[in-house]
Amino acid sequence: MKRFKLKVKIAAGVGACVLASAAAAQTSGWSYQQISDALHAIIESDRTVYTRLIVNRLQNEEKVIKATEHWKDEKTLVLPAQMLRYGSEGVAEKNPGFSYSLLSLWPINKQNAPKTAIEKKGLEAIAKEGAKPFYGEETLGGKKFFTAVYPDKAVARACITCHNDHKDTPRRDFKMGETMGGVVIRLPMR
Amino acid sequence: MAGTKTRTWAWWSGWVLLTTCIAGYLALGLLTEDVSASPWLVQARSIFIPGTTTHGHYQIELACEACHTKAFGGKEALQDGCVKCHGAELKTANDTHPKSKFTDPRNADRLEKLDALLCVTCHTEHRPHITHAMGLTLPQNVCFNCHEDIAKDQPSHKDLGFETCGSAGCHKYHDNRALYGDFLVKHAQDPAMKANPVVRGRDFVKLLKELDSYPIDRFPQRELGAADADAPPALAREPQVMRDWLATAHAKNGVNCSGCHLVKKKMDSGVRQNDEKSVRGDDGKAADDKPVWVKNPDHTVCTTCHKDEVKAFLSSRHGMRLERGLSPMSPALARQPMKTDAHTKTLGCTSCHGSHTFDTRKAQVESCMGCHDDKHTKAYLDSPHHELWKKELGGTAPPGSGVTCATCHLPRIEHRQDDVKRVMVQHNQNDTLRPAEKMIRPVCMSCHGLGFSIDALADLTLAFNNYRGKPAKHIRSIDMALEAERTADKSRAAKKRNE
Repeated sequence: MKRFKLKVKIAAGVGACVLASAAAAQTSGWSYQQISDALHAIIESDRTVYTRLIVNRLQNEEKVIKATEHWKDEKTLVLPAQMLRYGSEGVAEKNPGFSYSLLSLWPINKQNAPKTAIEKKGLEAIAKEGAKPFYGEETLGGKKFFTAVYPDKAVARACITCHNDHKDTPRRDFKMGETMGGVVIRLPMR
Repeated sequence: MAGTKTRTWAWWSGWVLLTTCIAGYLALGLLTEDVSASPWLVQARSIFIPGTTTHGHYQIELACEACHTKAFGGKEALQDGCVKCHGAELKTANDTHPKSKFTDPRNADRLEKLDALLCVTCHTEHRPHITHAMGLTLPQNVCFNCHEDIAKDQPSHKDLGFETCGSAGCHKYHDNRALYGDFLVKHAQDPAMKANPVVRGRDFVKLLKELDSYPIDRFPQRELGAADADAPPALAREPQVMRDWLATAHAKNGVNCSGCHLVKKKMDSGVRQNDEKSVRGDDGKAADDKPVWVKNPDHTVCTTCHKDEVKAFLSSRHGMRLERGLSPMSPALARQPMKTDAHTKTLGCTSCHGSHTFDTRKAQVESCMGCHDDKHTKAYLDSPHHELWKKELGGTAPPGSGVTCATCHLPRIEHRQDDVKRVMVQHNQNDTLRPAEKMIRPVCMSCHGLGFSIDALADLTLAFNNYRGKPAKHIRSIDMALEAERTADKSRAAKKRNE
């Protein structure tokens, strides 16, 4: 019986070491912040490409098609913010372990207002001119997360005209280059 | 003493034998793939059903594995079953509350109140005492969990009761395609009846060459005559059958007798070994890939050309039993009132379309009324919709202006197949059946305005008398959307003044 208990203890110890070393290997190369920054670089670049090369070019410069909220019904282009959101939902369906969303202190859809204390603090921090990304940690649903909030600026005229004119907007004075909200990325912490 | 021992032994033996027989009987009922052919096995399987199933699932309740995809798989296995049948429909409906919305950690607090990741949280089966009309098993204040402060953003909602969110014409948890604010505003001024109302025409025949999945090489598009009919001489060619076939779109578009009757065994579950008119291949063997002549081809043969229609049919209340490997649906099995002389019928493609005639007109009214016997169906014949259908049939009104059972319950929808947009008859009537608001855009708005449609669907009297009369109810959703728009206009004007 003693021998059996000893075997269990050894097995548990080895298991813990393997788990610990695996976790260390996963995080030793890249910090949470670096991973988050890398993910944001992809998200931001993809959306900027879509905003400038598709929406701004075809809607504002060439005037051949519009981008509207109800794109399916109106047979128009998807709005850049929707493109980000659909991408985020597609990622969520694949369940890769991290999540991202586009939030704002002045959201058109009230569900995109800050909910957690870190979201609120982060969005307020990045709203200041020249602000850098905000990083923090929070516990949600019993799990610990590394949460990064990146400024989301008006990069095209389409962004501000839509937000300033929308019937549900709480703010109608956005200007080009201004921070309109933030991309929030969450990584689970081990 | 010896006698007592013998009696005890006999009792024990009898008990063991009886128990084994009962266990064997129940195991047979549980493990047999399709029990529907045997009333005994149906009875055995039924014992395992823990409670009455909902109107949506009762037809397939004997196919336990349809929902319980894995034995002891828990809620996740059930979820797989839900998504398998309903996932695509929810995507098409732009589901307002998709799972991906709730996997976001920022909604963890909401998940604690309501596990929106699983369908069974709101749609628990086998609980008739807590099941509402829509198959919901949750209290009616479910929206309140997350939207309790809605009146802050929408002052018009201030005095509304928490149970009214899902009332007709306002909001639905999943499908709000006809109910979102901007759509309500856009159609606020729609007249009750549109000018020259007609439903869109079908265009399948026009697009055959563009559809990659259509076997155009096998059926080159040309009109066939009686001399072209390729049924084997050994089979008697009935004159009526020939006349029927020649009048169909099949004959007019190169689909010969063999197109439906000559099928590969492994493809067609309907090939019956003892079919008296079935003939073997040239070599007399019945290899799986060797075509054989089949007297009564089933729906699997129709998939050769109409795959998306058949797929929808198999998702419907008419075909869901077939999809699950059960015997075909029959009016005798229905919970809805059905005509007694229809109880022996079974449902497949030809039960509504008719073999050889494939009369789409008959399939739109006569076929339905041949079985259905409820108030709504019976009231159709005295309805304004039926009057329009009679005029269309009589040639005094344009094609598509008549309103049949199929116009509303098997509507012509915009469908994408092989990257080609076409008009298809939606053979899954569940798609627009419940909640009724799902019918607004693909059905009602072909002829009526949005406001009229919302009000009419909310008036149950009209549903029972088959829409004879005007709606007595008024739903305020469009009024509220217009009020929100007016408030926004004031805000926009204030901004301009400040500039």
